[in-house]
Amino acid sequence: MKFSEQWLRTWVNPALSSLELSEQLSMAGLEVDSMEPVAEAFNNVVVGEVLECWRHPEADKLQVTKVAIGTDEPAIIVCGAPNCRAGLKVAVATLGAVLPGDFKIKKAKLRGQESNGMLCSNAELGLNDDHDGIIELPSDAPVGMDYRAYLQLDDCTMDVDLTPNRADCLGVRGIAREVGVLNGLAVTEPSIEPVAVTSSSERAIQLLAPAACPRYLGRVIENVDCQARSPMWLTERLRRSGIRSIDPVVDVTNYVLLELGHPMHAFDHDQLHGAIQVRMATPSEKLTLLDGEQVTLQGDVLVIADEHQALAMAGIFGGEGSGVTAATRTIFLESAFFAPAAITGRARRFGLHTDASHRYERGVDPELQRLAMERASALILEICGGQAGPIVEAVAPEYLPQPKVVTLRAARLAKVLGIQVSAQVVEDIFQRLGFNVENTGSGWQVTVPTFRFDIAIEEDLIEEVARIYGYHRIEAAAPAAQLRMIPRHEAQLSASFFKRVLIDRGYQEAITYSFVDPKHQALLFDDTAALTLPFPISLEMSSMRVSLWPGLLSAVAYNQKRQQQSLSFCETGLRFIPDHNAENGVRQQPMLAGVRAGKAFAEHWQEGERAVDFYDIKGDVEALLAATGEGHLYRFVADQHPALHPGQSAAIFRADKRVGYVGAIHPQFEKRLGLNGRTFVFELEFNAIAKRSVPRAQAISKYPMIRRDLAIVVKQQIAAGEIIAAIENVGVNHLVDLNLFDVYQGPGVAEGQRSLALSLTLQRSDRTLEEQEINAAIAAVVEMLATEFGATLRE
Amino acid sequence: MQLTDIVAAAQAAVASASNPSELDQVRVDYLGKKGLLTEQLKSLGKLSAEERPAAGQLINEAKQQVQDSINARNDELKAAELASKLAAEQIDVSLPGRRAQVGGLHPVSKTIQRIEAFFGDLGFRVVEGPEVEDDFHNFDALNIPSNHPARADHDTFYFTPTTMLRTQTSGVQIRTMETEQPPLRIISPGRVYRNDYDQTHTPMFHQVEGLMVDTDVSFTQLKGILVDFLRNYFEEELEVRFRPSYFPFTEPSAEVDVRRKGGQWLEVLGCGMVHPKVLAAVGIDSEKYTGFAFGMGVERLTMLRYGVNDLRAFFENDVRFLKQFN
Repeated sequence: MKFSEQWLRTWVNPALSSLELSEQLSMAGLEVDSMEPVAEAFNNVVVGEVLECWRHPEADKLQVTKVAIGTDEPAIIVCGAPNCRAGLKVAVATLGAVLPGDFKIKKAKLRGQESNGMLCSNAELGLNDDHDGIIELPSDAPVGMDYRAYLQLDDCTMDVDLTPNRADCLGVRGIAREVGVLNGLAVTEPSIEPVAVTSSSERAIQLLAPAACPRYLGRVIENVDCQARSPMWLTERLRRSGIRSIDPVVDVTNYVLLELGHPMHAFDHDQLHGAIQVRMATPSEKLTLLDGEQVTLQGDVLVIADEHQALAMAGIFGGEGSGVTAATRTIFLESAFFAPAAITGRARRFGLHTDASHRYERGVDPELQRLAMERASALILEICGGQAGPIVEAVAPEYLPQPKVVTLRAARLAKVLGIQVSAQVVEDIFQRLGFNVENTGSGWQVTVPTFRFDIAIEEDLIEEVARIYGYHRIEAAAPAAQLRMIPRHEAQLSASFFKRVLIDRGYQEAITYSFVDPKHQALLFDDTAALTLPFPISLEMSSMRVSLWPGLLSAVAYNQKRQQQSLSFCETGLRFIPDHNAENGVRQQPMLAGVRAGKAFAEHWQEGERAVDFYDIKGDVEALLAATGEGHLYRFVADQHPALHPGQSAAIFRADKRVGYVGAIHPQFEKRLGLNGRTFVFELEFNAIAKRSVPRAQAISKYPMIRRDLAIVVKQQIAAGEIIAAIENVGVNHLVDLNLFDVYQGPGVAEGQRSLALSLTLQRSDRTLEEQEINAAIAAVVEMLATEFGATLRE
Repeated sequence: MQLTDIVAAAQAAVASASNPSELDQVRVDYLGKKGLLTEQLKSLGKLSAEERPAAGQLINEAKQQVQDSINARNDELKAAELASKLAAEQIDVSLPGRRAQVGGLHPVSKTIQRIEAFFGDLGFRVVEGPEVEDDFHNFDALNIPSNHPARADHDTFYFTPTTMLRTQTSGVQIRTMETEQPPLRIISPGRVYRNDYDQTHTPMFHQVEGLMVDTDVSFTQLKGILVDFLRNYFEEELEVRFRPSYFPFTEPSAEVDVRRKGGQWLEVLGCGMVHPKVLAAVGIDSEKYTGFAFGMGVERLTMLRYGVNDLRAFFENDVRFLKQFN
């Protein structure tokens, strides 16, 4: 809510600077977002009067004026504005003036005609962006007066960011009441007297939905001149509150909205047929809004209708055809109370948010309608003339909000706040707030005025006490609680544990958006239907990720475009897999993923450089799994994945459960993903790898280890991993270590075959191995390899 | 030859020996079985029994002298040999080592870990919750019924009218209280989402939610723990102020601002006493128990701590940015 500080100070004027006042409001929960001067800096601009005005002899669009500016001699000034005319009071930038944008006014010659100043538009003074002609001042503006002083421009626009509970402060009146409370000052309301009723014209009102609208006031004002100009004092207040002047009737309703916080609506009386009906829309009822859009209403939308049709969405937006235009002669003014429950959510449903709906949703004082009506009537009569008819009030008292009675216990106040506030202070706070307070001995019974929609329960009163007492006066104390340890399961590994392992291996943690480009995702995961955001920020951010790969690959592409040549990223986070059996229809699984691209390592003076390959990233995954102490439970099995190179991808199994993939991104996608060269990825289901077993120590053997090397030749298609697994499974006695230390293809090994060199380390824990035991164990392995894999010993 | 001449000759030979084998030859020549000094002992037989001990002693002393010289020279030669070997092995220690690169945590994770540590030390357990959330946990149970104006302020990414990306981590409060009774102390870090993207907003960001529910939890304690946290987080005795505010799920509610020496007030978190309706929704007796809750924006705290100016940098993942936090 924006308003002029000067305006506020006509209601209540504490001895505080602007800054102090804004600080005070913020500290009372009415956060002042900004405080801007209502006019940019300019000087030497005065009120002038155009005495004479004639066409510039050399230019059709220019006029030459003689302008009284309060000096002995009138100034000769050339002006290009079409509305410049003799007799007009204007704002004159005199010689030496400096206007916003550091624009200095000097003597000038325009097409041979000397000009000694400038007649200003609002835009030229930085007041608004109105370039359409020069400012027209009222005829009583005193010639020669400084323009800033004349308009009292040394004022601030305060913008208070009100929380949804404080609807009572959506008007200067409410803010003033709060300032009064905070400073212990009385508030001076402008005197609003009922206008004289000089016409008998009226319109009947039917409350057909009294729960939604328990009070509706209407008044007919005849013979209004809607082409009259709103006075400057009014348009200035609107301008300083961020509202443009439109026409006098709209200006007045906006003024009342800002002043009292009460929305109003004006109809063209001559366009209405029969009685005003305040009713719920009929299902599928159509209404064309003021902006020309036709909407289809639902049965829970309250409308203002006449006997023919819906005219407006009550408390939200007016309709086309019934609004006030320049040609309107008779207006029908509405001042109504609509229940918040009947308004909330409706505006949003139609993509609307208006000053009126904003207030009605949050609560407008149900006792304010008559005052607002009289205020608006008086202003319209003053500006547009006309004759006011009687106010017709329709009311269903049983549906009107009643003042609430809420109990506050002194003990509860102390328990929640943690401090003792004396009864005297509590009662003073409530009285200042305009609450009726009665001491019950153990606490207070508080009657809350109808404009405070936010107060219904004891905690609401506690908050009011704390707020007015001052949060800063409530001391800070350390919480007290029973010391109880948090269970920390050694067998449960955290995401940061895994991240640490990867970081130590050179990975940079990335955080990528959970919504990704559906084009990229569909490329990599063609068989997975992702969850889609119906209203995303952009199409590129509309698909919930089914894997962390799309985001990580985007990070790689982003960095490669910025000359980064060695990239390793890891990320943890959820993937989202649609699943009807899961809560809210989606499985949200924590994943751990990584990507590597470019150089395997920074170029080194001795090691040189090479591109990252499959075994680099596999090594990272193996290290990660080894760090859990259960690396031996995992297997890497050649497997196809739509995102991966068919010859360089492996599924990762823990026992029989697949827990992830590692591999090279399929080369055919590289270009479309913006990748530069081979890119390797892995992804693991976090929950599947995050459990380890607590170690059980075993005795260390005192006896020597014996190593035997075997070089075997097998068909090259046979996976080394299967051979290793087979050796482990054959139950070789006393095998404590098994290592594949060489792979060879070439001269000496037949085409289509390869040689694998394995070392087997044997050891007993009870005694030294004997030669024949060793030989028997090795022979068993060799025999198994021969029968299972057709392996032969290499000569 | 006189004994002293032999010793002198031996010592000269020792001094001129330039390697261990030459030195060993000297030893053989003088002290070996047929060495000159050994030969001298054989001449003792020609002396009388009275003369023999004195003469024997002289010879033994001479042998010892020569042996000492040999030992000393041997040490010299070994030291020289080692020195030359070491000299030959000298390398340029200023050349870079191998594979020295390490990565680092994302600054947002760094901040979350610090926050977890501060509160973890006070017995706050870390709990996490789903990011696709239902309107009960994200709104209703937090006292934000369907038509509440606060819902409009959330710029929610809806999937359906009842499911959405969570707009706040506060839903984890509900999920925790649904299954556990007080005393409760939890913090919940995680991603949250709002449909807003400009200089100061990203559609995804991180919050840490905190909750403490116990028999005597009060507003003074809320102030106490947050002042404590902020001063420890920034490692600075900065000013902290609590400003009344409004959240549907807390009452009284506050925004918390900090100010560094000579700086502006900066809003860093929101907090309040848990609203009785929230406790009621999860079956906790609000007469017996009170609680406080707070929620902080991790990116904002990170920006202030490390001097980051552009929020969007957190999700661009430019390694030149990320590496600054390693």
